[in-house]
Amino acid sequence: MTKRPDSPDSAAPRRALSKKDLLDIEGITEDDIRLVLDTAESMREINQRAIKKVPTLRGKLVANLFFENSTRTRFSFEIAERRLSADSIALSATGTSVAKGETLLDTGRNLMAMAPDAIVIRHPRSGAPHLLARSLPCAVVNAGDGTHAHPTQALLDAFTIRRAKGTLAGLRVAICGDVSHSRVARSNVSLLTKMGAGVTLAGPATLLPAEIERTGARIVTRIEEAVDGADVIMMLRVQKERGGGLGFPSDREYFEVFGLTPARRRLARKDAIVMHPGPMNRGVEIDSAVADGPDSVILDQVENGVAIRMAVLYLLIGASGDE
Amino acid sequence: MGEAPGTFRKVRLLDAAGMTRAISRMAREVVEAEGGTDGFALIGIRTRGVPLAQRLAAEIARTEGVQVPVGLLDITLYRDDLTTVASSPVLKKTEIPFPVEGRNVILCDDVLFTGRTVRAAMDAILDFGRPRKILLAVLVDRGRRELPIEAEYIGKKIATSATEIVSVTFRETDREDDVWLLDREAAKAAPKVAPKPAREKVPAPRRRSRKK
Repeated sequence: MTKRPDSPDSAAPRRALSKKDLLDIEGITEDDIRLVLDTAESMREINQRAIKKVPTLRGKLVANLFFENSTRTRFSFEIAERRLSADSIALSATGTSVAKGETLLDTGRNLMAMAPDAIVIRHPRSGAPHLLARSLPCAVVNAGDGTHAHPTQALLDAFTIRRAKGTLAGLRVAICGDVSHSRVARSNVSLLTKMGAGVTLAGPATLLPAEIERTGARIVTRIEEAVDGADVIMMLRVQKERGGGLGFPSDREYFEVFGLTPARRRLARKDAIVMHPGPMNRGVEIDSAVADGPDSVILDQVENGVAIRMAVLYLLIGASGDE
Repeated sequence: MGEAPGTFRKVRLLDAAGMTRAISRMAREVVEAEGGTDGFALIGIRTRGVPLAQRLAAEIARTEGVQVPVGLLDITLYRDDLTTVASSPVLKKTEIPFPVEGRNVILCDDVLFTGRTVRAAMDAILDFGRPRKILLAVLVDRGRRELPIEAEYIGKKIATSATEIVSVTFRETDREDDVWLLDREAAKAAPKVAPKPAREKVPAPRRRSRKK
């Protein structure tokens, strides 16, 4: 259909993200964030239908490059791609030429010869998606890079908060735990402060990175101080695989001092919600009574992740992009 | 939708009273053909199919005393021209708060033109289930179809040229009820070019003959 002048659609505004890639929250605007969250509302509706599939990205190819372990994010992207009818291929670090010593850029260039419309990449090195985005013409979506950024997680967290609280502006959000290894924390602080929420970071001094104040968040070393009066409590996973376990003597002690227990939960507002990006270390950063309690939106986060990733893919590759 | 830039108003197709009369007649036709108010639902295609569906439902409620279900459908994700538009159209929510399974679904839109919007809407509806029938109600059928699609209930049917535009406004979405046929300014200027060579051809031999 060429532009139908009398079609209601032609009167509707057309919008795209301001960049060809989604690499981190710092690189996108407030308008971009609002557009992704609004689009995700429509995508969420599709996920509740009997037939959870629309033909929007038919004939588009998405390559999923996961150089690091992932269950949630990877499945979430794959489901999002399928629900939008895109073709997807998966590439992991083992069983491919990456194991034979090929560089990331060479892998990307070879992949590019097969003309994907988007590459979704998770990589243990911070900045790896940026390297690909600079050298490849297709859209690159960062699905988590080292300790740097995890933009789709921050977007789905914001979406979950907005659905529960109606807004982001003016909320008090406590982000607690292993901040120094957490790309989730970094992206969330960036997004939430951008949208006008007040963020307090809490964690053992050994797990708070240097110059963290520059993010605009309030920094405290006692979880009670952060949680007090909060609308949202976001617990972070102790990232043992990145050395998060070296910041404190034992899991037991960590739980005693920083774990989210029902007693600490009660310091927050009565209607506060509890979040966790997963996978949880039960009995380390969070008590099962809270994780499975009535205020927990942890499984909503997972559900909303599919809608957010559908929205991001639609906005990046749904239209041809030749403006 | 008012006058788009580069267009002028040619003919008023329906005024507010004409629109009201057309919609009342369509509502009566729907109830008559459906044999009452049971077993069917109205689904408006975003944006201006929605006020049409709501007006039809209000008219049926006024005459029959029954509120028939009304749904809203955004067909953006089903469009066949996504690759020809520069950036993604803004998505609005689809709200169909009733099962379409086994029901007659009457799709409502303001203007029926190429038929491609309706094709996309049918695909979208079929993803919600298997209706018994899908029918189409439009305020204006302007012809020039590109797909084999016809409307069952029509407010006004007119033949149009390719450059013409049918502009429908509803008071719900645009403050006033009005239907205009617009045309492009370029098309207004175009016919003046044609007669010129004909005029030159005729007098030329006459002048020559006078000289002889």
